[in-house]
Amino acid sequence: MLFTSYEFWGFIACLFLLYYLIPRKYQWVMLLAASYIFYFLAHPTYLIYISVTTMTTFYAAMRIGQLLNVQKAHLELNKETFSKEEKQGYKSSVRKKQRKWFIACLLINFGILAFLKYTNFTIANINSLLSVLGTGERLTFMNVILPMGISFYTFQAMGYLIDVYQGKIKPEKSIFRFALFVSFFPQLVQGPISRFNDLSATLYEEHRFDFKEVSYGFQRILWGLFKKLVIADRILVAVNTIIKEPDEYNGVFVFVGMMFYAIQLYADFTGGIDITIGIAEVLGIRIKENFNAPFLAKNITDYWRRWHITMGTWFRDYLFYPLSVSGPILNLSRWSRRRLGDGLGRKIPVYLTTLIVWFATGLWHGSSWNFIAWGLTNGIVIIISQAFEPLYARFHNKFPVKGKPLYSAFEVIRTVLLMSAIRMFDCYRDVPLTFRMFGSMFTTGNFSALFDREVMKLGLSGADYIVLAAATVILIASGIRRKEGSMRDRLEKIPARRRYLMIYLLGVIILLFGAYGVGYDATQFIYNQF
Amino acid sequence: MKWVKVTLRIGVVSLVIASFFFIQRLVMPKYVNGIVEGSLIETYYEEEGNHDVIFVGDCEVYECFSPVALWEEYGIPSFIRGSAQQLIWQSYYLMEETLRYEKPKVFIFNVLAMKYNEPQKEAYNRLTLDGMRLSSAKIKSIKASMMEDENMIDYIIPLFRYHSRWSELSFDDFRYFFNKKKLFHNGYYMRVDVRPVTTFPQGKKLPDYSFGDNAWGYLEKMKKLCDNNDIDLMLIKAPAIYPYWYDEWDEQIREYADSNDLIYLNFLDLIEETGIDYNTDTYDTGLHMNLSGAEKLSRYLGPILREKYGVPDRRNDTELSRIWEDKTTFYYEMKAAQETELAGK
Repeated sequence: MLFTSYEFWGFIACLFLLYYLIPRKYQWVMLLAASYIFYFLAHPTYLIYISVTTMTTFYAAMRIGQLLNVQKAHLELNKETFSKEEKQGYKSSVRKKQRKWFIACLLINFGILAFLKYTNFTIANINSLLSVLGTGERLTFMNVILPMGISFYTFQAMGYLIDVYQGKIKPEKSIFRFALFVSFFPQLVQGPISRFNDLSATLYEEHRFDFKEVSYGFQRILWGLFKKLVIADRILVAVNTIIKEPDEYNGVFVFVGMMFYAIQLYADFTGGIDITIGIAEVLGIRIKENFNAPFLAKNITDYWRRWHITMGTWFRDYLFYPLSVSGPILNLSRWSRRRLGDGLGRKIPVYLTTLIVWFATGLWHGSSWNFIAWGLTNGIVIIISQAFEPLYARFHNKFPVKGKPLYSAFEVIRTVLLMSAIRMFDCYRDVPLTFRMFGSMFTTGNFSALFDREVMKLGLSGADYIVLAAATVILIASGIRRKEGSMRDRLEKIPARRRYLMIYLLGVIILLFGAYGVGYDATQFIYNQF
Repeated sequence: MKWVKVTLRIGVVSLVIASFFFIQRLVMPKYVNGIVEGSLIETYYEEEGNHDVIFVGDCEVYECFSPVALWEEYGIPSFIRGSAQQLIWQSYYLMEETLRYEKPKVFIFNVLAMKYNEPQKEAYNRLTLDGMRLSSAKIKSIKASMMEDENMIDYIIPLFRYHSRWSELSFDDFRYFFNKKKLFHNGYYMRVDVRPVTTFPQGKKLPDYSFGDNAWGYLEKMKKLCDNNDIDLMLIKAPAIYPYWYDEWDEQIREYADSNDLIYLNFLDLIEETGIDYNTDTYDTGLHMNLSGAEKLSRYLGPILREKYGVPDRRNDTELSRIWEDKTTFYYEMKAAQETELAGK
């Protein structure tokens, strides 16, 4: 069931009615049933994978928690008799047992993810290697189904496990409640990747029908549909026209495609998240925000603090930090400081960790060299910008332009262009082609095509361009005005008549100008594939 | 003043719903120019008075029989519930729906649709289904007709299907928003121009000439529906030379008609009897009849309806006569207009 399908909205309508009709203490049970039905309807076999992840994580976390409880009780009981060394020894033995459960669970779940997502990618690379070596041997590709949202729910479940292992949270006692945390359907397909601490309370508590909250949720859903149907799925036609015919559409078209794809991805992903958060709000559940006006970022680090926030913080908390204090990295740090001095020597381990994290981030996005190159490029650009920081500081000391409106605009535009260029790895079929097309922007010189109305149609009509332009202006304006508070809060302050009129108009715009129904491809959200 | 608030809220909600209907009406194709066949089905609901004979089928009925000729010559009130490439299940559900409004004496089904066992094309589905009023028959017809990538709700709320027409809206969409211009009477699509047959096609060999189970199933349903309602079912094949009507197909229909005591008229075998002249009676080299052809076929059919099914002469019914007088006037005015237009070319 696509978020943009009629069936999905029928499903939501039925759930909404039942959710507020049944006794409130059963609401979470209904959500669990709905989530599993949703997943079952997508593909019955998906249920096997999510159930395995749920059960193994629940059990491992429970064992880890039990061991901690036993440790506490044992230490309490022997408080008087245990020496400091005995305490340490006992703690270490418990930790070892906990680690066994922890590692086993990580291996099972990341193993499932790796097997399903990367087996054929690995086979393709082995085959390429065999071909280079000139052997006639080839491995056969496996017929594996990648369950919808597996990267999201695996990361969410493993985040929970790590938190339990690190003693940040207590393990959930009910497997069914935990199953709901893993499978909560609105966020199952494209995130956000929630933390147990953030989501559990709101997920399991009883929810009274609150008109304001439901109305807020409904507005958020409409806004998401506007982004997805009016902008993303319309501009998609032009993006596909450009990227599918790289020989024909090079030079200035690559630039146009790059910028169009930036708009498409933003509208598609943020639209999807708006729908997710809106559905949750309609059900009285609060989900963490995943975006904070990313195209207003002034540098790449700032951008990644604003884009796909829950993924970024997941990698930061569960990979970057643990990796930074891991044995091999600390050893490297000591070695590099000894050899290269305190300046560069201290940075080398940070850079290496950054590259590893970005390699993993790329791989998480997809099993292809494009995504790995995309991740590594992000990492490299971040490292370069960190390395140049002293240079920037000197520049700003000499020229005090920082904070001036014109310079701020320059920073924003620079970041948008940079991020859009890096994102080209998403578009073209392989890495060499991406580099070739990037280069063609500077070498082809077919700028006159920009003024050729026929050539610039790119599968869209003049009317489509008008709709796109108007909708993009609305989108940008709403992003810029975010500083003044959320759009819904601002709407709430204006007279009810005007507010409802605006909501009504948004509905009409989606109904009329949305790219949906017969004649349009039912387009999956881009982030569903990750 | 609680009731004022409640009334106001109900008013606002009604207004919102009405506005969506308004938008839907605006973007829906009006079928007043170009593919006018899309307007055929809906004309039935404007009808006054009952009909003794109802034709169902595809273009081979709505262009091959003239209800005014049947009325003028034999006093038989008839209506054609047909549309382009109307599939057999669509005809069946139109028959079912017709019984909600009236009970004719005879249903006449053109059997060319037997060649289709599955839904064919969304565009053709639309021509029939969009014109139907919402009813259980329509829902069943949609279900039977939908292509794989189609959705029931797109038919029930056509705004979802036609919303993208906003960029194609023309003056006609506003002009015919409330009232469409009258293009047909009694479901008959009149053409007075002539384009003679030049060559008679030969049918390509088919791997299998058997009609599909689905098509047979609906023919059987038609028969049962008629039996249960004490209505006669007549089978016909219009004298269109293309799409090709195979002897093997004809044989199957004939056998079915014989075993079920139905009358089956294949007009392709009755060229002499009907007086059809392919040099003067077709407007598109034999695919469809023009007015002259349609009148000839109606004149031939009238006595059969009267003798075999006992369809009475209703010309003495003053109310019906008044209604048909208007139709006849429209008929001759349209005929004259088309002839004038042709003469001007």
